[in-house]
Amino acid sequence: MYAFTFHRPTSVRQAANLLGKHEDAKLLAGGHTLLPTMKMRLAAPAHLVDLSQIEGLSGIELKGRSISIGALTKHVEVANSDVVKRNLPALAELASLIGDPAVRHRGTLGGSVANNDPTADYPAALLALGATVVTNKRKIAADDYFKGMFETALEPDEIIVKVTFPIAKKAGYVKFRNPASRYAMVGVFVAKRSSEIRVAVTGAGGNGVFRVPAFEEALKKRFSPKSLEGLTIPAEGLNSDIHGSAEYRAHLVGVIAKRAVAAAVETPEVAVSDAPENGA
Amino acid sequence: MHATGIGASVRRKEDQRFITGQGHYTDDINRPGQTHAYFLRSPHAHAKIKNIDSQEAASAPGVVAVLTGPQLATDKIGNLICGWMIHSKDGTPMKMAPHPALAVGKACHVGDAVAVIIAETLAQAKDASEKIKIDYEVLTAVVDPAKAQAKGAPQIHEIAADNTIYQWHLGDPKAAEAAFASAHHVTKIDLINNRLVPNALEPRAALAEYDSGTDQLTLWNTSQNPHVARLVIAAFVGMAPEHKLRVIAPDVGGGFGSKIFIYPEEVVCLWAARKVNRPVKWTSDRSEAFLTDAHGRDHVTHAEMAFSAEGRILGLRAKTVANLGAYMSTFSSSVPTYLYATLLSGQYDIPQIYCEVDAVYTNTVPVDAYRGAGRPEATFVVERLVEVGARELGLDPADLRKRNFIKSFPHQTPVIMAYDVGDYGATLKKAMDVADVKGFGKRRRESARHGKLRGLGYSAYIEACGIAPSQAVGSLGAGVGLWESAEVRVNPTGSVEVLTGSHAHGQGHETTFAQLVSERLGIPMDNISIVHGDTDKVQFGMGTYGSRSGAVGMSAIVKALDKVEAKAKKVAAYMLEAAEADIVFQDGKFTVAGTDKSAAFADVALNAYVAHKFTGAELEPGLKEGAFYDPTNFTFPAGCHICEVEVDPETGNTEVVAWTAVDDFGVLINPMIVEGQVHGGIAQGVGQALLEGAVYDANGQLLTGSFMDYCMPRAENFPTFRVETTETKCPSNPLGIKGCGEAGSIAAPVAVINAITDAIGSEDVIMPATPSSVWQTLQRIGGRKAA
Repeated sequence: MYAFTFHRPTSVRQAANLLGKHEDAKLLAGGHTLLPTMKMRLAAPAHLVDLSQIEGLSGIELKGRSISIGALTKHVEVANSDVVKRNLPALAELASLIGDPAVRHRGTLGGSVANNDPTADYPAALLALGATVVTNKRKIAADDYFKGMFETALEPDEIIVKVTFPIAKKAGYVKFRNPASRYAMVGVFVAKRSSEIRVAVTGAGGNGVFRVPAFEEALKKRFSPKSLEGLTIPAEGLNSDIHGSAEYRAHLVGVIAKRAVAAAVETPEVAVSDAPENGA
Repeated sequence: MHATGIGASVRRKEDQRFITGQGHYTDDINRPGQTHAYFLRSPHAHAKIKNIDSQEAASAPGVVAVLTGPQLATDKIGNLICGWMIHSKDGTPMKMAPHPALAVGKACHVGDAVAVIIAETLAQAKDASEKIKIDYEVLTAVVDPAKAQAKGAPQIHEIAADNTIYQWHLGDPKAAEAAFASAHHVTKIDLINNRLVPNALEPRAALAEYDSGTDQLTLWNTSQNPHVARLVIAAFVGMAPEHKLRVIAPDVGGGFGSKIFIYPEEVVCLWAARKVNRPVKWTSDRSEAFLTDAHGRDHVTHAEMAFSAEGRILGLRAKTVANLGAYMSTFSSSVPTYLYATLLSGQYDIPQIYCEVDAVYTNTVPVDAYRGAGRPEATFVVERLVEVGARELGLDPADLRKRNFIKSFPHQTPVIMAYDVGDYGATLKKAMDVADVKGFGKRRRESARHGKLRGLGYSAYIEACGIAPSQAVGSLGAGVGLWESAEVRVNPTGSVEVLTGSHAHGQGHETTFAQLVSERLGIPMDNISIVHGDTDKVQFGMGTYGSRSGAVGMSAIVKALDKVEAKAKKVAAYMLEAAEADIVFQDGKFTVAGTDKSAAFADVALNAYVAHKFTGAELEPGLKEGAFYDPTNFTFPAGCHICEVEVDPETGNTEVVAWTAVDDFGVLINPMIVEGQVHGGIAQGVGQALLEGAVYDANGQLLTGSFMDYCMPRAENFPTFRVETTETKCPSNPLGIKGCGEAGSIAAPVAVINAITDAIGSEDVIMPATPSSVWQTLQRIGGRKAA
């Protein structure tokens, strides 16, 4: 690790000012991607802006028909949240599958979404649910947010404050892990809302998370795993590495999507409630 | 049975300190004035080093010294060696290329150390390393052992034409040819035994200190055999004479073979410590470990088995290319030869065996012994041949095995080994009962109902352990003898220290060795200390590998205890005023036979030291005895493992759903520890079969250079193991024990592959059988519908 200046702002405005002032500043949330990279001397930010002293960036809230989750909320908090488990169980399931216990106790929603690792889990949920990324400057629809591998719509001094997830009638997330890293080789989030059905795939795409319109069309006719029987996607543009070829990933997208639909169908339909968070 | 004696599952004494963070590992040790070493390593697999400009680095903040390869030669520091001579078929000796501790003129693998920076802090050393400018001329690399000998392949070392280290063989080719000519059926297979990265929990480390007053060097390191390290570093590297070099291997967190060897870093730390006259410390990080710890396996093999019409095995032939990597590591030459081909008879009566092995250099990390070392490779060959043979002949694989088991002992195989004892039918039968092989059909149908393909695979393995009779290994090329030493020091108060040349790095010797002493002397475990791992305390020893510490190390302790008992009887005879011949020692008491006159062990010990009951002319005071034990044969642990898998045909994912292990380890000292060893071995073996594999790209970059890409086994990869034993006592050592440390890793891989191939109905499965590779096979064969 190279030397850097460590900043601990107490407000989002201060943090944004630091980002504006120092060109090579990085935000530190859970640090589970940034710190290992710095330790291996592969990243060398001159300034590290630690978000941990800023109040109000963490927590889970049910608001009408959506769940709002603070950017610094840890994966384990999402996985264990009664509000999430009751209203959007697929999202709790997704959070419970991220990394290992150590990662889940440090890693944050905002960190994952800002990093946009093409094999991360959260991007699939954001895109499938049509979530909204709320920053210190604006609200960005998930559709407009993900711009490719490790690329997002965030501006240099823009900080994610929270993400709001609309509650789906049915949703399911199934992840086929890279056996070594436990990142998604293919992760599929399927969400059925009153307005639309979405299928979002993470892990497989060379450019990060993407939707599969053909699957969505098939599911519109009937929201059942059978509707996806035998369907697959073209291998072009998919990741290919020692863990699996693009063809394998293309095949897995079909299999895992089917299983995600099965998981969604198995969960009871969510009746939106305004019950307060219990013992969070 | 004695409550803390042989056969008791005594809880491990050492675990209290390990699990409460009280262990003392090399990296925990710090010396006054200590500096830190950082190794600058080649980013290229094969490159000429045209120039190293370290001027700027040498004057960077905190830097004490920057050292490179040519300075080693100037200081007359010798190369690292391979200590086992193998001769080719044509009688020529193996082609051992120079292996300097820091590269001289050429880097031969990614990670080859090119320079070392000694600085006040590690961060300063790393900063300075970035200021070193190395002018490389990148050369074409060769990484695939199957291509290393090809015409036009880049030659890595001048000494080795076609990158060939040796072309060795064992057995009678003509007799084998005749056996195959008479065969009713010949089964042929091509196998790759995948390259593994050892990954002990504790990375390697070295801390060297020089005392200029006494001209004494001390090395703390993560060694499985500190005395051998001292011998090699003194006698071959020429660092210092043995009596001026102390090697201490304190608590060591796992080795699996990778810490047997003498590595460049410890040599460099010693050299640098004397040069800068300050202690020098180096601790590997995980990324370095991937690039520098000796890897394991990496064989490419074609093998054939000849069968008679009655399903008798008539012969076995194998041709193996073994990848030894960029340099010959300490014992690398022996692994694909005498630790491999000598086990190709398996548990079977095979009249003719012929094996050829070519060892080659490649631009990869050196390969050496890794848990099982040669024997997993042999078992993989034999047990794949038998399984595939049974399927081709339409015979039940268990029946084919039974038909060919060796049934009378001793049994001389055609490949050197003389098996002393065993009952392979008994282990197979028990394993089949425990695994409920009878109910497999029902379970397979049940799996099919859930869309899964279920398969069952056997592995009837044998290993040669208790390594090894010195004269025998000497005749096969070993540079050392493989006996073990022990010293039993009885203190005046009756407590006992046992000094052993074995080395514990997870095996639990502090418990099992103490159990032996507790039983023999009738004293509590708390009164016994096991001392190991320090060349200043233990006079000499050969260390721990090859499942040898029980069979060889404990046998040495038995010999020393015999001497202690004999001496103590003399003391007791004076105390009890009786004839020495009338003294009986039992349950910690010396008794005059036929009387109630007795003396407790502690009283006798005290009398041995106060020496009031006898004169110096009659008896020497004191109670301390040493012994060297040289085994008369290898030991032959054997057993049968049965694995059941479920393959998901949609994803290619394999789940191990049941595991039965029935092993014959002879007499068990501590069944709980044995079971733990079996668990760990199976985990490593399943790791090889399903998860682990070092992958290089064509340029020699290690693509699996971290846990992000190199998949280690996790608890969730396993079902609950059903572990049982059978017992035939080993006749060649006083305790009747055979060794258990490697069995699981030897048995497991082929059991998994036999199960997967059974499940999917194709023999075309490679290791590691990852989901993607199994899926590809299923695609090729057009899939198999769950039956």
